[in-house]
Amino acid sequence: MALHTDRRYEEELAHLRQLILEMGGLVERQIGDATASLVGSDRQLAERTIERDHEVNRYDVDIDEECLRLLALHQPAARDLRLITTSLKITTDLERVGDMAVNICERAIDLCDTPAPLQVDLPRMADTVRKMLRESLDAFVREDADLALSVCKEDDTIDALHAQMFTELIGRMTTDPSLVVASTAHLFVSKYLERIADHATNIAEMVIFMVKGKSIRHLSVPASI
Amino acid sequence: MGRGLANTADERRRDQRTTTSIQADGPGRGGEAQTAGVRVKIEARGVDFFYGATQALYGVSLAAGTCQVTALIGPSGCGKSTFLRLINRMNDLIPGTRLQGEILLDGEDIYDSKVDVVDLRRRVGMVFQRSNPFPKSIYENVAYGPRVHGVRDKATLDEIVETTLRRSALWEEVKDRLGSSALSLSGGQQQRLCIARALAVEPEVLLMDEPASALDPLATAKIEELIHELKERYTIIIVTHNMQQAARVSDMTAYFYLGRLVEYGATAKIFTNPSCQETEDYITGRFG
Repeated sequence: MALHTDRRYEEELAHLRQLILEMGGLVERQIGDATASLVGSDRQLAERTIERDHEVNRYDVDIDEECLRLLALHQPAARDLRLITTSLKITTDLERVGDMAVNICERAIDLCDTPAPLQVDLPRMADTVRKMLRESLDAFVREDADLALSVCKEDDTIDALHAQMFTELIGRMTTDPSLVVASTAHLFVSKYLERIADHATNIAEMVIFMVKGKSIRHLSVPASI
Repeated sequence: MGRGLANTADERRRDQRTTTSIQADGPGRGGEAQTAGVRVKIEARGVDFFYGATQALYGVSLAAGTCQVTALIGPSGCGKSTFLRLINRMNDLIPGTRLQGEILLDGEDIYDSKVDVVDLRRRVGMVFQRSNPFPKSIYENVAYGPRVHGVRDKATLDEIVETTLRRSALWEEVKDRLGSSALSLSGGQQQRLCIARALAVEPEVLLMDEPASALDPLATAKIEELIHELKERYTIIIVTHNMQQAARVSDMTAYFYLGRLVEYGATAKIFTNPSCQETEDYITGRFG
């Protein structure tokens, strides 16, 4: 694709992409640390992760401001307009993912005083969710609608995994009431991860809009794009 | 409130329309939904145009709808002004020019030998980049055209002058000094006077060649507001280098490049998701 005649504008758009990537990287790390703090009953890691959420929020504000500035100063059209409006939406989703990581840390802290072994494979679910998030952002940077579509398709896997964990955890609570506190916390974490997958899917849907100019939101996921 | 008024105007226009559709030409086919049911006012069919040996337009086919604003955009030298001037045969005045293909006004070829060019230019008015009022009074500028076309009665002329100046949103600013020289008006007022002068002979189509490019933002906004009002009655075709202006005022946009019509479609589609890479590069500033 040709570059803008106005090089400064080109650089500003590249900077916006870079900010989104940095925010995405930070949020991805937040999910990893939150999950590790839960698995390792690591209160300090959980607290540090919660503390770092303000950096995520800072990116949210900065990216919004950058988008507004670009809209006001350059009156973007077509592809550039879709990039900027997509960025505005992506940053909102990423900020919410950051909040979910904080929620996972809070559940981890709750369980620190009464450690209980994990009854379900939350780390594997967390890895899959992080992969979805990473791929949705890769799709954003590479403007790859096919990769974005594969993220959308992955969401069903996470939904199924959450439903399976829900059934398993309820079963364990029923048979062993001493597990109720831990299992409830794990159930919450499963729900948070499922929500993160939804946000990754939102991002992927917006990437498809950005690349193709076609909205697939609130529709069943198409086989191809 | 605004929505209600718009609906009423839409309904009024719809009554006047036939069910002919405008087909977007070339890859930009986003216009059908917006223009379905709009009657075609101007239609170019396979237009080639030559200045001597130099070909300026290549096979341009484009249909402009009644009571719609069609914007022609593209870099300098792309042929958009040439195309605009063909619609009221202004290029006839340039020696050595030649046209192939057809341009139809209400289905009739305007280049047919039977066509009276003076009458054509009454039906298809034109406003230029630089305001060019006659060095006469404001009143005389507007009354000139109707007089040429035979209106002599003073009361009728008075009425035409007032109605036309109201329609061009100038009446309130000049009603107390109609006898003053038109050259005493500001640039923006002079341009609106030129629009009034074009409207005074009751045209059906208004061609505008960068009508606001020499005006400040406020005067530009007034011209754009005026275009919105005028499209209730007139078919407007506007050439502009100001991309945002094209986006703001037009229903349909045509992108020209090197004498060819690259893409033609609904303005909202062209500016959010054009079909052609060349159009996208131009409107996003990735050009040259």
